[in-house]
Amino acid sequence: MSAPAVPVTAPQGTLRLPRWAVLAGIAVLFTVGYLLYRGTGTLPHDDEAAPFLFINDARETIDAGRNENPLFLYLINYLRLFTAGLYDLLEVGLTALGWPGLIGVMGALGWLAGGWRIALLAAAGFVSFGVLGLWEASVLTLALIVAAVLLALVVGIPLGIWTGGSARVRRLITPVLDVMQIMPTFAYLAPMVLFFQIGPASATVATLIYALPVTIRITALAIEQVSPTAIEASASLGATRRQTLRKVQLPMARETIALAINQTIMMALSMVVIAALISAPGLGSDIVRGLSRANVGFMLPAGVAIVIMAIVLDRMTMAAARRRVSDRVSYVAAGMLALAGLALAAVLPAEFPEEWRISFAGPVNDAVTWAKFSWYDVTTAIKNISSEALLNPLQGLLTSAPWWLVAAAVLAVAWWSSGVRPALTALGCLVAIALLGLWEHGMETLTTVLVAVALTLLIGLLLGIAAARSLRFSAVQRPLLDAAQTMPAFVYLLPALALFGATRFTAIFASVIYAVPPVARLVEEGIRGVPPTVVEAAVSTGSTSGQLLWKVQLPMARRAILLAANQGIVMTLAMVVVGGLVGAGGLGYDVVSGFVQRTDFGMGFTAGVATVLLGIMLDRITQGADRRPSP
Amino acid sequence: MAAERSSASDGAVIEVAGLWKIFGPRSERVLACSDKDLDPAALREKTGCTAAVRNVSFQVRPGEVFVVMGLSGSGKSTLVRCLTRLIEPTAGEIRIGGEDVGSASPARLRELRRHQVSMVFQHFGLLPHRRVIDNIAYGLEIQGMARADRYRRAREILTLVGLDGHADSYPDQLSGGMRQRVGLARALAVDPQVMLFDEPFSALDPLIRRDMQAEVMRLHREVGKTMVFITHDLSEALKLGERIAIMRDGSIVQLGTAEELVGAPVDDYVADFVRDVPRSHVLSLRWICRDPESDEHLDGPVLPADMIIRDAIPASTASARPIRVVQGDELVGVVDRVDILTAMTSDAGAPAVHAEKASA
Ligand SMILES: Nc1ncnc2c1ncn2[C@@H]1O[C@H](COP(=O)(O)OP(=O)(O)OP(=O)(O)O)[C@@H](O)[C@H]1O
Ligand SMILES: [Mg+2]
Repeated sequence: MSAPAVPVTAPQGTLRLPRWAVLAGIAVLFTVGYLLYRGTGTLPHDDEAAPFLFINDARETIDAGRNENPLFLYLINYLRLFTAGLYDLLEVGLTALGWPGLIGVMGALGWLAGGWRIALLAAAGFVSFGVLGLWEASVLTLALIVAAVLLALVVGIPLGIWTGGSARVRRLITPVLDVMQIMPTFAYLAPMVLFFQIGPASATVATLIYALPVTIRITALAIEQVSPTAIEASASLGATRRQTLRKVQLPMARETIALAINQTIMMALSMVVIAALISAPGLGSDIVRGLSRANVGFMLPAGVAIVIMAIVLDRMTMAAARRRVSDRVSYVAAGMLALAGLALAAVLPAEFPEEWRISFAGPVNDAVTWAKFSWYDVTTAIKNISSEALLNPLQGLLTSAPWWLVAAAVLAVAWWSSGVRPALTALGCLVAIALLGLWEHGMETLTTVLVAVALTLLIGLLLGIAAARSLRFSAVQRPLLDAAQTMPAFVYLLPALALFGATRFTAIFASVIYAVPPVARLVEEGIRGVPPTVVEAAVSTGSTSGQLLWKVQLPMARRAILLAANQGIVMTLAMVVVGGLVGAGGLGYDVVSGFVQRTDFGMGFTAGVATVLLGIMLDRITQGADRRPSP
Repeated sequence: MAAERSSASDGAVIEVAGLWKIFGPRSERVLACSDKDLDPAALREKTGCTAAVRNVSFQVRPGEVFVVMGLSGSGKSTLVRCLTRLIEPTAGEIRIGGEDVGSASPARLRELRRHQVSMVFQHFGLLPHRRVIDNIAYGLEIQGMARADRYRRAREILTLVGLDGHADSYPDQLSGGMRQRVGLARALAVDPQVMLFDEPFSALDPLIRRDMQAEVMRLHREVGKTMVFITHDLSEALKLGERIAIMRDGSIVQLGTAEELVGAPVDDYVADFVRDVPRSHVLSLRWICRDPESDEHLDGPVLPADMIIRDAIPASTASARPIRVVQGDELVGVVDRVDILTAMTSDAGAPAVHAEKASA
């Protein structure tokens, strides 16, 4: 009976195809199908597609029923009034301090957080808002951010504590957070408008929703990290759960919770521009206006102001996190700073003095014109080569191929890389995009995303490998990556816009700068994470450093690299959609025009949903990759 | 309280009977059927559960130091945590000071932990954000004692454990040994009747460990607490323990004095455990004395039966006559120089040599 075992296993071994052969097979089949059926089964765009009209009608109905429907009457309207009230209160309060008063108060908070250096940074930062001629806009932005962050903390910290303390809650809440985090920000602006109308209230809520997952996650992490022995020791002395929470867990989690606050603020700041699309007041609206007119000089000061605000708030919260207790000197100094500011507010003019302001718009626009002009050859060459060689052919392929062929290819690739269930999910997403009437625009966006992802991965891998192999390179690169990661995302649109004007390539360029830092970092960490003993063993067998890299380090860092790819895709997608503002076309443009024109609202809303679907599809295709057996 | 204590059967402070702890899904069901008697690997295979404590019973007398020993994973930590239900036992009865711990309400359980039983941990479990004095006063703070009172008490304890002058330090400014003194002080501060130690010194280096062991013995003499002491270090067990329980795979395989364990190990596991112990350091004359032979003179020196063999060397070298071993007035037997030397040389290697030099 045991004899057949041998012949059965032998053919199995010889018949097994290498994994890439399957992929090549898919490609061949796709090409054949394309050549046979090209031009049939396409789904051209239609501005009046049924789903768009349906949403438009729904909006009319909701608007009409705003004061009758019980859901609005008893819940949503109150939420809106409350949020708007909070925002108004903060705006009035911050404005009432007067500009010297606010600068003094910020200086005082800075001193309490981290001594005179931070105080100086905070005060100087806020002075610069006036100098840039953006005092009012900055105060409005600050009010919006403070409102959103306060709400996020009030909701998020208790939820985070609860999550951190209970495995059951964690299981329940983690998938929700996952979905919230991969959702491109654009996607929930339109529903916000449906429920909370255009204005500060919906901007605050959108910002809150964007920041909340981070608050909850990091707070939960902070609570989980508390040493179990300390908790057990507290319990062994007869502490109640509440006592343990208050006297052990919260104090020990303090630094990480401060990090949660810091990250919440940073997330809120990066929403400022996007929230401006639904009429969030402040700096964001300047930028949106500048972006839509491709006027770099107009938006640069606002961009700089947001970056400064980010740096000030970041350093203040980080310093506060590290500080154990403030001494009396700090309180006195802080009090004096605040009082001085308020006293000055009484004597100085209410407006930030005209003669202290510096206008950048003229010189900046000149410089941009000069740059465009003098680098014209280079930038156009890059633009044209990428368009002709990559973007146009790919886009042509995706839009002129029959939709079922693309869908089949996606199904096959996802099946190959991640398995049956993710493949079906990916297929479902793609079909849903088609049903929503956004096939063509979806394919355009997919093209941009694919090109941007390819570039991001290429550059990120190279930088990551270089950093992992050279300590000096890493030392130079690290602070740059750090800085790049604290910067709000849209900032990258500025140089891109300056160099490439309003084109598809601008969005790609910006998203590459945006997504490269985390990718490079993950790759570097992955390679460095390879245990030194393994490296030593490989070197001792006489591997060259190239062999070491290809045969040991990269394969062993595969998990980290695949995670980097996944991250890169999610980030690129978010940014490419923002690129709709600067001429990237596709879904992003639909979303933006949905907020500009009431008749396009339905299309914008649906396009937001389509970006989410696209994101889920890409995520499913890549997510399973790390579960594949090693080559 | 006194009334409660008097209800205890024979004055034991801690009584444990038929204690089980099974980790994993549906542990009650495992306990109810015959699966519970499977060996650990088979049990995990079949049910996914781990039986960490299996049918353990013992009693601890007032003022005793009761040591629990065993290899890593034998269930010592689980056992000691079950005593105050830091880990909820699956079955069995636990009484502390006569009170049934198993059926205590949460509030009653907190009272027990606040006033009667406190614990010292292997990894200290100090609160890094609090000064030493606040760490020590933590238990009192939890009880709601006023700040001035608890600081006064904490300072007394600080002196007792030899940490004067470190009240305002933070734990991360102390060495490992000093940190564990803080852990000890925190447990002592609430003036408990019983102290539980879970491998308190295994994270410390050998010299400091010896200091700390001496410290615990001194405290035991001075404050006279009942102690349950977990360790996997045999020399520590022999040094501290009046009675030692040896655990294996969740059960107590032998419980007795050091002398009983060394002299009459119940199985190979225990024998293996005590193999390196110099028998002459632990066993008493009782274990090696024999009936006098007919031609022996019974006028040699007299020594008590519970004298450790090693301590009998001077007497045996001083006289050529066999030593008479007595219990009270009764003659138990005799030992001569050869018997003692045989006992010494049966010790494993170096320690026996040491002993000879020390007594020479
Ligand atoms: N929370 C838990 N969940 C599941 N199994 C556990 C849990 N805690 C302990 N165990 C298991 O119970 C058994 C006994 O563990 P315990 O920690 O009591 O051993 P120990 O004797 O204290 O070991 P050590 O000397 O390493 O501290 C081990 O097999 C362990 O894996
Ligand atoms: Mg243990």
